[in-house]
Amino acid sequence: MKKLLEVKDLHISFHTFAGEVQAIRGVDFDLHEGETLAIVGESGSGKSVTTKSIMRLLPQGNSEIKSGEILFNGENLATASEKKMQKIRGKDISMIFQDPMTSLNPTMTIGKQIMEPLIKHRNLGKKEAAERAIKLLDLVGIPKPETRLKQYPHQFSGGMRQRVVIAIALACAPKVLIADEPTTALDVTIQGQILDLMKDLQKKIETSIIFITHDLGVVANVADRVAVMYGGKIVEVGTVDEIFYNPQHPYTWGLISSMPSLDSQDEELFVIPGTPPDLLHPPKGDAFAPRNPYAMKIDKEEQPPMFKVSDTHYAATWLLHPDAPKVEPPLAVQERQAKFHASIKGDK
Amino acid sequence: MAKYITKRIIYLIITLFIIASVTFFLMKFLPGTPFSNEERLTIEQREILNAKYGLDQPIPVQYMNYMVNIVKGDLGVSFQFENQPVMDLLMNRMGPSLQLGVQAMIIGTIIGVALGVLAAMFQNTWIDYGSTFLAILGKSIPSFVLAALLQYYIGVKLELLPVASWNSFSSSILPTIALACFPIATAARFMRTELIEVFGSDYITLAKAKGNSRGEVAVKHAIRNALIPLITVLGPMAVGLMTGSMVVEKVFAVPGIGEQFVKSIMTNDFPIIMGTTLFFAFLLTVIILIIDILYGIIDPRIRLNGGDK
Repeated sequence: MKKLLEVKDLHISFHTFAGEVQAIRGVDFDLHEGETLAIVGESGSGKSVTTKSIMRLLPQGNSEIKSGEILFNGENLATASEKKMQKIRGKDISMIFQDPMTSLNPTMTIGKQIMEPLIKHRNLGKKEAAERAIKLLDLVGIPKPETRLKQYPHQFSGGMRQRVVIAIALACAPKVLIADEPTTALDVTIQGQILDLMKDLQKKIETSIIFITHDLGVVANVADRVAVMYGGKIVEVGTVDEIFYNPQHPYTWGLISSMPSLDSQDEELFVIPGTPPDLLHPPKGDAFAPRNPYAMKIDKEEQPPMFKVSDTHYAATWLLHPDAPKVEPPLAVQERQAKFHASIKGDK
Repeated sequence: MAKYITKRIIYLIITLFIIASVTFFLMKFLPGTPFSNEERLTIEQREILNAKYGLDQPIPVQYMNYMVNIVKGDLGVSFQFENQPVMDLLMNRMGPSLQLGVQAMIIGTIIGVALGVLAAMFQNTWIDYGSTFLAILGKSIPSFVLAALLQYYIGVKLELLPVASWNSFSSSILPTIALACFPIATAARFMRTELIEVFGSDYITLAKAKGNSRGEVAVKHAIRNALIPLITVLGPMAVGLMTGSMVVEKVFAVPGIGEQFVKSIMTNDFPIIMGTTLFFAFLLTVIILIIDILYGIIDPRIRLNGGDK
């Protein structure tokens, strides 16, 4: 598969009164054509900052891309001009936001909001844009699109509004769609509908999706590959099966163990102890070390490089170093790994 | 919409009735009569005057008479200006005050909103600081100081505009500037704060994510949303401006209503006080009605569908 987007050694800082917050500290990932890449991690791990930087939508003034490249179609978006970015935004790369209740302009009709990118990037006239907008509303499953077109956001429910936001994002059939926790603000039944809709539309429009979430259940449902972020870095990346059934990083172990499953009965859910690192004073070693029961001396002193597990699977933990002692992952992870190895043997 | 406006007009009449009643009784509690300042009058002469104007009757009877006359459109006659009907006095004096008020309001809103938008769009640059500086000046310099400065430099030194007269449009320019400073400052500060908040909202990020430039985002998406709270502030300010600024009217020798109102309070000229109060109340309620209709035009969420939705 062709690489569509390549992020290389990205560093982003925010300048605050307290000092420089190093929100992103060397992020690398690729996005292939037609795939869905999920970025998971807890609040403050840098998921949203990374994706906003791809569209260069970080707040101007106090944020800075310190170094690194964001290559899209051979062009480095990290240094592209504002003019150039305006041509890319909404046309080649577009975005769906977390809260549909606040992401639509309350004083503009739905129709106008959907037509805006069409008129802008596709040079359509008002009439053609309106026709296309009706088709889009129909595509995202909004009944009576002709009447709905003239209505305002407050006349729509949360789930319906998110469908409208999706229609806006897909209006120009973008190559990359960034979905920043698109189902977090919706209730569970609507979540399922929106996820199904996105999967369905991805096939129709042939777009690649970067899906940001902290819900591993959603990841299992939508993603082809998963990148786990922690403390401004990607700590583990692999296919969905690799991350769910053969995780290598202790942080991923923690995430997997804290997931409720159908087998788990009354036992209390696992909790990762401690709090995320303070990126105003980032730790010298592995950012996860203070919360990591498997941490070794070297974890506190030196940042681990990415160790290769398979062609698609990499993890940044010293446990993968040839000299590292063998450790037993948590029980829930061991069970999953056993299933994973059994299935590989079964394949052979 | 028509149903809603009818309903609002009925409310308006009730409001005016209550205001008229409260003002009437409050005035009756004031010490003295319109003629108590006239020391040369004998007791008999005063009684004759009281009887002439109906002031010797019991207060409830006076109240009834006054209310009936108001409904007929008769606001009574002035005590201080030799039997002139209050209505005529108000109409003569209201014109200049209204003209100044409307001019100051239009200029104040346009310049104020423009300054506020610029300040918000170029937040923390010299444009923002400059606009803030102007706004603080506009708010903190009293209008009479500004009026005197304008008269001296533009009127006397440069001889560009008349200093203090009331006969042509050009004589209204300086008082309008003096009056407009406060609305400019208020609108600019308000607009800046609101717009910065709007710029931080999700739908503005979405508007940027569609490929809009900064200017397009501001004009198409942000300003309309930031205007909604501004309208609330501008309404009462408009009334304040239209009902006259005594100081500015005095300094520029404008034959407006502000000066007359104060004079009538000093002399217990009941009919003028009542008439002016009612007129101000009427203006205020009408402007509030206009504002409510404006809200609906700007903000679809409070669009008025016959008042039943």
